[in-house]
Amino acid sequence: MEDTIAAISTALGVGAISIIRVSGNEAIPIVNKIFKGKNLEKVPSHTINYGHIVNGEKVIDEVLVSVMRAPKTFTSEDTVEINCHGGIAPTNKILELLLSNGCRLADPGEFTKRAFLNGRIDLIEAEGVMDLINSKTEQARNLAINQLSGKVSSLIRNLRQEIIEILANIEVNIDYPEYEDIEELTNQKLVPKIEKVKEEIKKIIKESENGKIIKEGIKTVIVGRPNVGKSSILNKLINEEKAIVTEIEGTTRDIVEGSVNINGIILNIIDTAGIRKTEDIVEKIGVSKSLELIDKADLILYVLNNNQKLTDDDRVILEKIKNKNHIIIINKIDLENKLDIKELENRQIVYMSAINNEGIDDLKQKIKEIFNLEKIMTSDFTYLTNARSISLLKQCLKVIKEIEDGINQNNSIDMIEIDIKRVWSLLGEIIGETYDEELIDQIFKQFCLGK
Amino acid sequence: MQYEIIVVGGGHAGCEAALASARKNHKTLLITSNIKNIADMACNPSIGGSAKGVVVREIDALGGEMGKNTDKAQIQIKMLNYKKGPAVQALRAQADKITYPKEMLNTLQKQPNLEILEAMVEDLIVEDNTVKGVILENGNKISSEIVILTTGTYMKADILVGSTRTPSGPHGERPSQHLSDNLVKLGFSIIRLKTGTPPRIAKDSIDFSKTKVEKGDNIHRVFSFDNVPNYKIEDQVDCHFVYTNEKAHQIIHDNLHKASMYGALDDVKGIGPRYCPSIEDKVVRFSDKKSHQLFLEPESLYYDDIYLQGFSTSMPHDIQEQMVHSIEGLENAKILKYAYAIEYDAIYPTQLKQSLETKLIKNLYTAGQINGTSGYEEAACQGLIAGINAALQLEGKEPLILKRNEAYIGVLIDDLVTKGIRDPYRLLTSRAEYRLLLRHDNADLRLREYGYQVGLINKEQYQRLLDKKSKIKELENILKNTIITPKKTINEYLLSIGSTELKDATSLYDLLKRPEITIEKLKTFINIDYDDEIIEQVEINNKYEGYISKTMKEVNKMLHLEKKLIPEDINYDKVPNIASEARQKLKEVRPTTIGQALRISGVNPTDISILTVYLRKEYHYD
Repeated sequence: MEDTIAAISTALGVGAISIIRVSGNEAIPIVNKIFKGKNLEKVPSHTINYGHIVNGEKVIDEVLVSVMRAPKTFTSEDTVEINCHGGIAPTNKILELLLSNGCRLADPGEFTKRAFLNGRIDLIEAEGVMDLINSKTEQARNLAINQLSGKVSSLIRNLRQEIIEILANIEVNIDYPEYEDIEELTNQKLVPKIEKVKEEIKKIIKESENGKIIKEGIKTVIVGRPNVGKSSILNKLINEEKAIVTEIEGTTRDIVEGSVNINGIILNIIDTAGIRKTEDIVEKIGVSKSLELIDKADLILYVLNNNQKLTDDDRVILEKIKNKNHIIIINKIDLENKLDIKELENRQIVYMSAINNEGIDDLKQKIKEIFNLEKIMTSDFTYLTNARSISLLKQCLKVIKEIEDGINQNNSIDMIEIDIKRVWSLLGEIIGETYDEELIDQIFKQFCLGK
Repeated sequence: MQYEIIVVGGGHAGCEAALASARKNHKTLLITSNIKNIADMACNPSIGGSAKGVVVREIDALGGEMGKNTDKAQIQIKMLNYKKGPAVQALRAQADKITYPKEMLNTLQKQPNLEILEAMVEDLIVEDNTVKGVILENGNKISSEIVILTTGTYMKADILVGSTRTPSGPHGERPSQHLSDNLVKLGFSIIRLKTGTPPRIAKDSIDFSKTKVEKGDNIHRVFSFDNVPNYKIEDQVDCHFVYTNEKAHQIIHDNLHKASMYGALDDVKGIGPRYCPSIEDKVVRFSDKKSHQLFLEPESLYYDDIYLQGFSTSMPHDIQEQMVHSIEGLENAKILKYAYAIEYDAIYPTQLKQSLETKLIKNLYTAGQINGTSGYEEAACQGLIAGINAALQLEGKEPLILKRNEAYIGVLIDDLVTKGIRDPYRLLTSRAEYRLLLRHDNADLRLREYGYQVGLINKEQYQRLLDKKSKIKELENILKNTIITPKKTINEYLLSIGSTELKDATSLYDLLKRPEITIEKLKTFINIDYDDEIIEQVEINNKYEGYISKTMKEVNKMLHLEKKLIPEDINYDKVPNIASEARQKLKEVRPTTIGQALRISGVNPTDISILTVYLRKEYHYD
């Protein structure tokens, strides 16, 4: 039972259409899970099916899905090809969904390799395939090493060390139950240790997302009621930096209206066309559109007028952005204060008078603080683009959830250990270490036993 | 041919090998250097323990003798890890060191087709890389189709005490001086290993008031699936434990240079077991630990020696006296036998096939400590498998190879022949990646079928297994087909036993999934009249379903790779582009499947990809 693998098989971001290929026993059921349309498990082989890729209720893209059952496929395995609209964001999003639903990201050349191993490719081609496998894996190996240099690999190594100490303790309790002088690791004692591992994994994921910020910039949206000064804030930001105001096709299909460079990090201000032209986003396209924008953004600049009281619309949006990175800009401080800031407690606030050029630097400073930009720029983040690592880390969090469930159900620790071991080997996959004598060595290093 | 099978050595491996062969109706000769040492327990007076206890059950399931013999000889028995999950529970017994060998010898002597000879084997008769028999010390030759070597620690054994080295086996027995040299001449590579044993102390010289007591279980236990308990709980003897202290540690530090391993002998090459360090190793390596736990285990009902587990040492006798006397409770202890370390030759186990036949010499099998393992149970199970496979070979049948998901025995043999060893190999639960499946309670369900197929389990025993299996299925179906609804009386009952109310109609099987519900508690809904062992299986399958299916997923991945066979004649020098370390390891181990190849340390997944491509091209391999 081989893993089911997935990969984007067209050049990213170029053509009008991207194809994502999925191959393996679970290919059809996995795609079916994220497909809204016909039941793919029931459609005939070698058919093309129209529908949508969805994440829960949310539609990701309109797609055509080819379903091809084994053995008459390229790899001789069940294969599904998803034709989606080109563009990096939706294609990546679909791949991400596949990975989180049980696919593994294909290694370079793996489809070809499977095709070969399953006898689809002529033997004469074998040498060629061999070269391919060799060169690709060498490359992949080097890449992995480069991507993992420095900080993150040592973070993961430390994490694994913590986990292996837990494992060794559990194992020694099992193998040497008669020793009273060895601490018995109980479920209760396990809870804080697992919690710690979870927090650290979350932190690494968060930092990975920071790394994405370096590469892709911070998607920023400026929202607020009409006439609070959104466009002048935008203009000040952009003019200050003399940034080129053009449409840049970035990592998303969103229109990037302007880019601002803060400490080397690009602030991509998205979808501001609407704002600039109408000055009236909330009224014109309504709260729901604002919410959609907010959902996509890494940073929300919510603008309020110092001269006006909070409205119910404001309150709706303020509630929605509560758990996202956001800054409240209180503009027009040159006018009389009518805004009661009591409701804005615990929020990041910047006071500004865009017309008078006041507060722009404060805003930039705030952004730096929120994203910890100074720290980001000095850290080693080469690893962070590695989708495979991030997906493995997210799997770790899922398994940790299972550990927590196991503890809550009061399952015995040797059962829970099955999941702890899974976390340990998932982390091992990230850094390419799976040495099986490791645990046994640890037991005898950590505990004193003998006849 | 004088015999079909000759077994060299009468320890735990040799006994099982000889019995398996003779029971399978092959004319068998067991050669031992001293008939009094048949099934001798040279070291600790216990059988079983974590992982090892499961192995004893597996031996029994396959039709071996160790479980039955332990049931005859035990003077204390308990279930370890009783409070943990079923996957890690295991039996451990204190076995009487007089009764155990006596009963085993009795069984051997009564066994048709089996003869016992007292002699020392020093060489093998080998023609065309095939063994044809053995040569004794006096030059006599005995011919056979197959030879199984189970020589334990007796090859070039040296006893080490302080600065003295004496060629000797345990109990001052004569070691075999030439066999290992002759194996080297045949092309085997030999490694030197070391183990140790602690002092034995006179029972009446111990102040038991200063020790803590360890009792046997107050529930009856047996190892064998064919036995019912036949002992009185109150007859169980006690074990005790004591602790070392800073004074003892000081004595060890002050005299460290006098220990054989710390410089008193400069020619110690043997590698000692990591899991069994001497007391001086413990004190040195764990210097921040102020005390170490020691166990006082009675060796027999028929004499007074108490085994001081945890205190093995290679210190000279006078220092051993000081060390022992520094321990609370042992101030006036009389040492009856001093501790010693023993160095011996073993065969590097990657030279074996999974069947335990050597790769170099056809029809030659090795089992037990000679293969680099340690422990009675590890030895016995190899002896059993070697005996079975030797017999199967005579019968022209495929060998019995247990997989890692089927038995600890499979894990042990696969580890030995695939990974080799660094120090004497002991089974640990952590070596078994699928241990949730390899439980104490289901050893018969896993392995009796094999025992029956090879002919060591009789029809009656087999019928009992089939009955057990069908009863398990039956009870599961009853629970699945009995649906209860959220009626007031039912919910009141559930609340009264600390559970929660039903919201929808539910089968009893699903209700059983609740942690607080047991089959006992379901008896209020339906009449359930099944033996405890049936109920236990149904409960385990129900409660651990999630974890079992996770494990099964891993197993299936492994089995998929195990199905990919590597041809025996493969020339690894012709496989292009594999890393040189991997090439060397593959040449050494010569794995039979891709799965096994992947378990070799130093062979990484890239090498495996290249290998599969090569196989496909050269061998039209699927």
